[in-house]
Amino acid sequence: MGEIDDKALEAYIKTAAAALGIPLEEAWMPSIRANLDVSLRLASLAADFELPDESEPAPVFEA
Amino acid sequence: MEAWSTAAEIAEAVAQGRTSALAVTEAALARIEERDGILNTFTAVTAERALAKARLVDAACAAGRPLGPLAGVPFAVKNLFDVAGLPTLAGSKINRDRAPATTDAPLITRLEKAGGVLLGALNMGEYAYDFTGENVHDGSSRNPHDTSRMTGGSSGGSGGSVAGGLVPLALGSDTNGSIRVPSSFCGLFGLKPTYGRLTRARTFPFVASLDHLGPLARSARDLALAYDAMQGPDAEDPVCTTRAPELAVPTLHNGIGGLRVAVAGGYFERGAGPEALSALATVAKALGANQRIELPEAQRARSAAFVITTSEGGALHLDRLRTRARDFDPATRDRLISGAMIPASLVVKAQKFRRWYREQVLRLFEHCDAILAPATPMTAPKLGQQTMMLEGAEVPLRANIGIFTQPISFIGLPVVCVPLPLRPLPIGVQIIAAPWREDIALRIAHHLEEAQVVRAPRPSI
Repeated sequence: MGEIDDKALEAYIKTAAAALGIPLEEAWMPSIRANLDVSLRLASLAADFELPDESEPAPVFEA
Repeated sequence: MEAWSTAAEIAEAVAQGRTSALAVTEAALARIEERDGILNTFTAVTAERALAKARLVDAACAAGRPLGPLAGVPFAVKNLFDVAGLPTLAGSKINRDRAPATTDAPLITRLEKAGGVLLGALNMGEYAYDFTGENVHDGSSRNPHDTSRMTGGSSGGSGGSVAGGLVPLALGSDTNGSIRVPSSFCGLFGLKPTYGRLTRARTFPFVASLDHLGPLARSARDLALAYDAMQGPDAEDPVCTTRAPELAVPTLHNGIGGLRVAVAGGYFERGAGPEALSALATVAKALGANQRIELPEAQRARSAAFVITTSEGGALHLDRLRTRARDFDPATRDRLISGAMIPASLVVKAQKFRRWYREQVLRLFEHCDAILAPATPMTAPKLGQQTMMLEGAEVPLRANIGIFTQPISFIGLPVVCVPLPLRPLPIGVQIIAAPWREDIALRIAHHLEEAQVVRAPRPSI
């Protein structure tokens, strides 16, 4: 997965917050950005692991 | 009875009439009064309820009726458990507005059915998204071994109250390490059972995919007694197993003959500090564990657990983030807002990886019965500490306390955390078993305790 710079990440946070209806305050931005940056890096580590298309996610719903 | 009596000792003394449940309860309430001003582990003390329950136990004893295995044993629960008459805080300010719970969580009911006496609700990290035991709303719980240090979290009050001799038994929850981390920092035995083993009904959730409940105590036997009392199906929790209870107490004394114990290498050694490595080596030597194995892709497992956690946590709290963002601890709020923004595609990938990882790790159990790993990279940090050293680099503390616990709870394996009474501070080692084999981890923990390799140290408070 590609790197995302601070400016792009801030734009994403503002857009996502608007889409999710979360009111943001400017003062919160550095901390949210730092958290999201770490989360996306760790998410990439898991997501970049190659698995076949047929692999099932862990949770199983029973009807 | 004295402050450091175990649950088993108390129940035996009550059953034999050497003491009464009322005397035990009054003594525990007095200790809370005396010590909790400093330890800050209780957020509510249910004294009247406890005294009434103790009298019932004593009446049953006097009438010659059979007493449960926890007769007269005081216990307390992390404040995310529903306790009738109390709002279920889950460590938050926001939940103070909730109506008081009308009934107890089933695990409380089951412990009380075994004779236990609930003394109250315990401090915890806000909404369980925490490894420190710090809380901006209720103040931090303090480590009885050094009150300038963290209990670990998020079951911080559970760790502090048991280590501080207030109660012999507490319940906590563990999503990524929240029973095992305070057990390690406070020098306690802690059991995180198999995912789905104990009902989570009527407790405030955090991450449905990863949430577990379990006990913390000062002996392996007490863990087994509480665990056995709490087993059993519950239709109210869709994740709770329908397996019949598989009791651990009957085999607790079977020793370790025939058990193959391995040590987790690689990832689990790289990030461990000297105390963690020394504790691991001591336990491995005592068990004759010469086999080293590697949990494949443990770092990715930890990362995937992190992502599922933040995403499900963000989803759980989305409405509160929309309407009451200012009422969260700012640090929790910013993690949850970030979590709500993780693209769904990455969460699904993490869940796919979870199944792959589970299959790989389960294969390891074809060659061993238990795996040893450090519980925490280090002993309890100072309250307020923000960073730690990991593999020679300074990294944020909060997110990295759980690096050794996360890859295990990620796939729901049962773990007993055992305490090494190092000086000046204790540290824990994880005994990890295959799914549904809590009995093996408890047997090994009990053996180590009998051999005086592990022990819950008594603080000088």
